[in-house]
Amino acid sequence: MSVVTNTTTIGAIELPSRRNTELMLLGFAVVIPIFAYANVGLAIHGKLPPGMLVYGLGLALLAGVAHLVVRRFAKYADPLLLPLGILLNGLGLVLIWRLDQSERLQNLAKRAFGGFSESTPNQMLYTALGIALFSAVLLILKDHRTLQRFTYISMAGALVLLILPVIPGLGADVFGAKIWIRVAGFSIQPGEFAKIVIAVFFSGYLMVKRDALALASRRFMGLYLPRGRDLGPILVIWAMSLLILVFENDLGTSLLFFGMFVIMLYVATERTSWIVIGLLMSVAGAVVVGTTASHVKARVTAWLDPFACYSTSGACEQVGQSIMSFGSGGVLGAGWGQGNSDLIGFAANSDFIFSTVGEELGLTGVMAFLLLYGLIIERGARTALAARDPFGKLFAIGLSGAFAIQIFVVAGGVMGLIPLTGMTMPFLASGGSSVLANWALIGILIRISDTARRPAPAPAQSPDSEMTQVVRPS
Amino acid sequence: MNKPLRRIAIFCGLLILALLIRTNWLQYVQAEELATRKENRRVQIAQYGTERGNIIVEGQPITGSQAVGGSDYKYKRTYLDGRLWAPVTGFASQAFGSTQLESLEDGILTGNDDRLFFDRTIGMFTGEKKQGGNVVTTLKAAAQKAAYEGLGDKKGAVAAIDPRTGAILALVSTPSYDPSTFAGNSKADEKAWVELKDSEDKNLVNRALRETYPPGSTFKVVTAAAALEHGVVTDINAPTDTPEPYLLPDTRTQLPNQHGGCEKASLNEALRVSCNTVFANIATKVTRDKMVETAEKFGFNNSKIDTPVRAFASVYDKTMDKPGNALSAIGQFNTAATPLQMAMVAAAIANDGKLMKPYMVDQLTAPNLDVIEKTEPQEMGRPLSAANAQKVQQMMVNVVDNGTGGKAKISGVTVGGKTGTAQHGEKNKKNPYAWFISYAKTDKGSPVAVAVVIEDSSADREDISGGGLAAPVAKAVMQAVLNNQG
Repeated sequence: MSVVTNTTTIGAIELPSRRNTELMLLGFAVVIPIFAYANVGLAIHGKLPPGMLVYGLGLALLAGVAHLVVRRFAKYADPLLLPLGILLNGLGLVLIWRLDQSERLQNLAKRAFGGFSESTPNQMLYTALGIALFSAVLLILKDHRTLQRFTYISMAGALVLLILPVIPGLGADVFGAKIWIRVAGFSIQPGEFAKIVIAVFFSGYLMVKRDALALASRRFMGLYLPRGRDLGPILVIWAMSLLILVFENDLGTSLLFFGMFVIMLYVATERTSWIVIGLLMSVAGAVVVGTTASHVKARVTAWLDPFACYSTSGACEQVGQSIMSFGSGGVLGAGWGQGNSDLIGFAANSDFIFSTVGEELGLTGVMAFLLLYGLIIERGARTALAARDPFGKLFAIGLSGAFAIQIFVVAGGVMGLIPLTGMTMPFLASGGSSVLANWALIGILIRISDTARRPAPAPAQSPDSEMTQVVRPS
Repeated sequence: MNKPLRRIAIFCGLLILALLIRTNWLQYVQAEELATRKENRRVQIAQYGTERGNIIVEGQPITGSQAVGGSDYKYKRTYLDGRLWAPVTGFASQAFGSTQLESLEDGILTGNDDRLFFDRTIGMFTGEKKQGGNVVTTLKAAAQKAAYEGLGDKKGAVAAIDPRTGAILALVSTPSYDPSTFAGNSKADEKAWVELKDSEDKNLVNRALRETYPPGSTFKVVTAAAALEHGVVTDINAPTDTPEPYLLPDTRTQLPNQHGGCEKASLNEALRVSCNTVFANIATKVTRDKMVETAEKFGFNNSKIDTPVRAFASVYDKTMDKPGNALSAIGQFNTAATPLQMAMVAAAIANDGKLMKPYMVDQLTAPNLDVIEKTEPQEMGRPLSAANAQKVQQMMVNVVDNGTGGKAKISGVTVGGKTGTAQHGEKNKKNPYAWFISYAKTDKGSPVAVAVVIEDSSADREDISGGGLAAPVAKAVMQAVLNNQG
């Protein structure tokens, strides 16, 4: 008796590539900033801005190029990431242009530096370079797993990048934070790039060591404590973060690295104990530094009550001005170009750019922006879930987690939720390093998501499943 | 690996949620507070970002707006004859805040008032710039000038009211200040401000509304009204049982008079020559609580007299003992009154016992001159009956015609008044305050009641000083109002 069973494997279902969805969304992502641009022009000068055509075409062109690159080299990539990046970057350009029009900031710059130069053309240039970098990532990085090979080189690279600003002659001290280097007239923030490079190291390292970290442990008070020698790496990273904080006066970057490491460690080992240890260490570090470093102490005082020391401390005045910006915006905001967020003064278009969103677009606008960022993070997390290899998973969640922490630290800082730190709002803030690094980050996420969503190659037909052929002698 | 991934995703979501909650807190719950904080320069920027509306007297603006350079404040407040009108307008300074009408009606003047919402919305479509509305006052320029010139370089204040409506006709305080000297935010403005703020003469104080003085003998009018209202005296010409000298109740302190002829004097005669003894005696009979009752009906002890600029509360002590009451009834001891309050006393009597609520803003108008709000005259109370009011009028006319207030006499018009000289300082060492309150009455009712106080009158302590110094000023003001009526 023979029962015929059909054991043919179901072929992989072809997922829709969603490239057309992306194209449509890109349309919105280009049109919205153009309208915003027109709006600012009308509000401030009473006429449409002269560069409108060039600007609109420029943004559309950049979006088009990026889309074609994705269509060609990352066909199955997540369709939301690119439009989100373009939309935020476009609106960032409008915000920077709006602050360029501020008479108050122009006078301030003239008084302080003897001259005022617009930030918008530079930012436009950086955006183009950012899209170029994005395309380069997709072109060169055919498979994110090749980065695994560079695990230890990345570690060295990240360390160098982080140390650069402290090197005398190369580093530049701007408003107390030493996070810039000056090369050939350009200011570069190596920390922004170090964020990605170090994520490569963490992913590679943790992928190899995760079993040792997860399993070789002792149970103590309900927590799995790792062995002493496995604690080594986390201690090194912790010490490094603290050193950044002490020597570069940059609370944000150190928080970012440490947070990213703890997140990745937790994902790799699935041990809650790492989270607890990480939190304890960061609290200890924060308390020690917060009570000893005067620069950080001033920020903490400003956070606790900005109006108590408003007239005596610059840090308090900045935070107070920023909070009043948000408050004055109210629910609907003053409208593009009609707020007075330029009262914040220095760094209004970089660290404090989100205050302008708060005042001119109001609660509604701020929530929309936060949700846009939230979407990027969510798409990143989804990419991590969908990724098939542990390196990709760790890399994607590391980058998204770092992105989330950065948003929290920057927006929380300007809104007075946490002490202010010197970091920039991704895509919005004026500054080349930030734009370039974030476009590279989006490029990598797109690459990982493409690999994750790419249909598995159809398995070769199994010879067993074929019907036995009866060979009859003729 | 997916379980921790999900948890991290949730953690990231919580970070965003925390930010969302925070922005709601800042921009919804705390928005109003943050937007109006004193540190928030947006308040002033909005105030001086557009041409400010004007304060108007008899159709003529007494304020202006001047375009100035500078990125923060586009316009600066200017004042036409600032010293004359400062007690009415207050000031609006870019650097030092604003007061009085400039502050109270700021919404109308800047155009931010909710009632101007429609104008703003229309302006949004037609592209017109936001404009401020105007504040039309009840003041009379002639009366104001007469009062200001009458006071000259002496320290003092004048308040004049139309008794029929309560409309304030003149409000003067000297020495005054020019609010345009510190309307901007330059170094010169700051210097002018500091000088005025620390000046010994207290230039910035609006003496007509915001300074209380012992009213002295002018308060005897209130005591007389209380005596009539509470039935202690019915016939103003009947002699009273007042000894000379009078011993304050429960004490051995003798209360002196400035002149003789007060023994057993009638109420009418006592007011004419201003007998302390008679009024102390009467007030003791009226009793403290009933004195308080009548005084409060005139507006004493009321801390909410809004014209709309709030006047200080005038005081008639509610808890003092008998000798205190006797002294308070002649306007000494704990009694204190603003010039506006004493003008209200004269006005209530001139208006046959009906006290009208004093006000100085007649209309608020939109930039296109539409009336947004008009103040209707409002009755504040009836401190005394019409019959009793006429009796007091009769006595006050007697004071002007035959007594201490002769210098306020105006031919062809009935004028009633009362002089006063209030002691001042320990053991009466400092210069006394010279007071005069009066009203003028024609066949069409009484168009003006006025109170004048002069602080540092170098006069002798004779009761006559109120009549000598303050009465001519009151006369000039009444004359100005009467002429104005045509």
